[in-house]
Amino acid sequence: MTTHANPFPGGIHPGYHKDLTSGCEAVSMPVPKILVIPLSQHLGAPAKVLVKKGDLVKAGQMIAEPGGFISAAVHASSSGKVTAIGPVELPNGSMGEAVTIETDGAHEWEKMEPIQNPFAADPKVLVERVKAAGIVGMGGATFPTHVKLTPPADSPVDWVMLNGAECEPYLTADHRVMLERADRIAIGVKLIRHIMGVSKVSIGIEGNKADAIEVLKKAAGDLAEVVELPVKYPQGSEKQLIFAITGRRVPPKKLPSAVGVTVFNVATVAAIADAVIDGMPLVERVVTVTGSGVNKPGNFRVPVGTRVMDLMEFAGGYGDDAEQMILGGPMMGRAAASDNVPIIKGIGGVLVLTAADMKNTDFGVCIRCGRCLRACPNAQNPMLLGQLIEKGLFSRIDEEKLREIVLDDCFECGSCTFVCPNRRPLVQFFQMAKGYYRSQQKRKG
Amino acid sequence: MEPRTFTVAYAPHVHDGSSATRIMWTVFLTLLPAAAVSVYAFGLDALRVLALTTALCVGMEALALVMMKRDPRACLDGSAALTGFLLGLTLPAGISNGILVVGAFVAIIVAKQVFGGLGHNPFNPALTSRVFLLIAFPKQLTTWPVPRGLQDIQEFMGLAVTRTNDAVTSATPLAAIKEHAQRAMPNIQLNDLFFGVHTPGSIGEISALALLVGAAFLLYKRIITWHIPAATLLTVAVFGALTHLVNPARYADPFFHLFAGGLFIGAFFMATDFVTAPVWPMGKIIYGVGIGLLTMLIRLWGGYPEGISFAILLMNAVTPLLDRYTVPTPFGSRAAPKKTGGES
Repeated sequence: MTTHANPFPGGIHPGYHKDLTSGCEAVSMPVPKILVIPLSQHLGAPAKVLVKKGDLVKAGQMIAEPGGFISAAVHASSSGKVTAIGPVELPNGSMGEAVTIETDGAHEWEKMEPIQNPFAADPKVLVERVKAAGIVGMGGATFPTHVKLTPPADSPVDWVMLNGAECEPYLTADHRVMLERADRIAIGVKLIRHIMGVSKVSIGIEGNKADAIEVLKKAAGDLAEVVELPVKYPQGSEKQLIFAITGRRVPPKKLPSAVGVTVFNVATVAAIADAVIDGMPLVERVVTVTGSGVNKPGNFRVPVGTRVMDLMEFAGGYGDDAEQMILGGPMMGRAAASDNVPIIKGIGGVLVLTAADMKNTDFGVCIRCGRCLRACPNAQNPMLLGQLIEKGLFSRIDEEKLREIVLDDCFECGSCTFVCPNRRPLVQFFQMAKGYYRSQQKRKG
Repeated sequence: MEPRTFTVAYAPHVHDGSSATRIMWTVFLTLLPAAAVSVYAFGLDALRVLALTTALCVGMEALALVMMKRDPRACLDGSAALTGFLLGLTLPAGISNGILVVGAFVAIIVAKQVFGGLGHNPFNPALTSRVFLLIAFPKQLTTWPVPRGLQDIQEFMGLAVTRTNDAVTSATPLAAIKEHAQRAMPNIQLNDLFFGVHTPGSIGEISALALLVGAAFLLYKRIITWHIPAATLLTVAVFGALTHLVNPARYADPFFHLFAGGLFIGAFFMATDFVTAPVWPMGKIIYGVGIGLLTMLIRLWGGYPEGISFAILLMNAVTPLLDRYTVPTPFGSRAAPKKTGGES
């Protein structure tokens, strides 16, 4: 069944460039010689390492356990020898602990036992399995999935949503997962219905992926309704997706559970099924390699911890004029300084741009044209906030009460910056201000 | 493969390709139909005024930038040229060159650069300058050359055309109505006001049709939104209709008020100036209603026949307040926070 969706306010229509890779089946990449597996691939506390230098590990072996309530386990993506445990550069630009494994090429597995007859099993057992498999949100936010599966008693969930919007330009990894693993997603839906005890499940997919809508409709049957979403960025943002499908509005600073909804990325749902049915932990994901700066755009099943340079070598390498490499999509992804960084659970794309594609970053003053105000999907005030931050008027931001609802609720989708005719780096201003307030809080706390 | 380094930048890494300079020049282009009608009606004098005000304003901008040790190339960003062009469009075609120099100085130096330049001026520079000139040189600013095609008609709008030594001048329709409502009203043709080639007035205001063509393009390109012009025009129409109903002999009908004078250029091109207009939809509507009301109050009972310039400048002063109190509810919150707007 397809139902129509509510359009959220604001939003933009960037050039999508998805046809570069939307027809490319995900190709399995062979295990590289070196795997760099960070302990913090998720939101929350870093995982606690379980191995030491010199240890021999197997594919699928847990090498770090959750380091707190909101945390996730980390597994070896292949067999080999731990050669180092120490800080490396992470995709988000910070330094973090990682386990480096020199693989032996045997790719010897140590999987968990499949859970027999899972739909009769105690939901707690299934949640434990998801936790043990180290599953996190694969759409990019990387929130530990087992925490999402067990909402607190005071905010019950009656509606589960699968996010197949994939509104970031260029990326087609989720699109390929939906096409190639629709049956797995359907099993995952059934498991989630069993675990959370909900009967209402909707799968939101942007209208530009008609084939995925067809395939999932068929695979999901009565388990879930498939909703065709308007093609507009950022349709895949949690709050916008929930509004589109349910008409419910998540209040500022609140989680989706405040309106009785939980959202899972489609690839995450397939991973839940893998963990339960096959005992397979989250050790690989589909990554789109694309952009005018790569020789052969495509989709690849990449072992977690593969360095981008190794992925690029397998994928066909850079074009001569490659100038910028973005991990993730062009709207919210981060431009990395080097390709010596690992692919982690939340990275769905490697986008390489040439100098001709790169944005001119010279910016000017605000001319108050109001385009950012119309583009903001949260109906906030990027214009005023940007001007105050640019001038360092942080006390004024507090005075104007702009911080609580406007700044904290901004999820940095970049729509305002995309449409600014004077190319003002608004998102960067907001990140700067958030950092400023965080450091202030630390000083106080 | 060896590790390789890349150029970094902040997200988002793509842009819609818009630019402030292109927006300015687009507005400039949409004013060309109105300018063309004027050059046809008033001859090369109109062209002289427009070219001079535009060039002088760009020159003043360059001068200010050099004096402030900023990059003088910024004078070509279109904003100074647009201010100059708009200023020229608000002046009578026969005005002397000296006054144009004063006008450009007031517009760019006094009304814009003193306040911090582009994006920071509280009042519309072109209108500030026009109002300054109107008060400083009242005679020259209200001496209207008779447009081509009207030269031989002695009786226009029931009033005689004045012949001086070297020029033929006339009253504008608004002035005629204000002073001689009984005689002028039956003689004024609405289609003259609409097409503009036979109407005395400022260079840019005579043809409502030409202005509408340009405005339609701005709306289509979403450079301006409908709120301000719609609120202004509707308020003028309603106010005009009410007063006309009360006393049709004294007050002209609403269509006259819509098409006469500078209402169209004001509502579509001056009141919508980004820098000096409110940004939120509700604020824009209140602002437009205010402009419409003030315009009509001045036209009907004030000391000047036309009031749109004063109305817009007065409402410019209210813009920060409107920005502060008309902030829409952020997505998902039921009630807007009490105080979230305001302008730095």
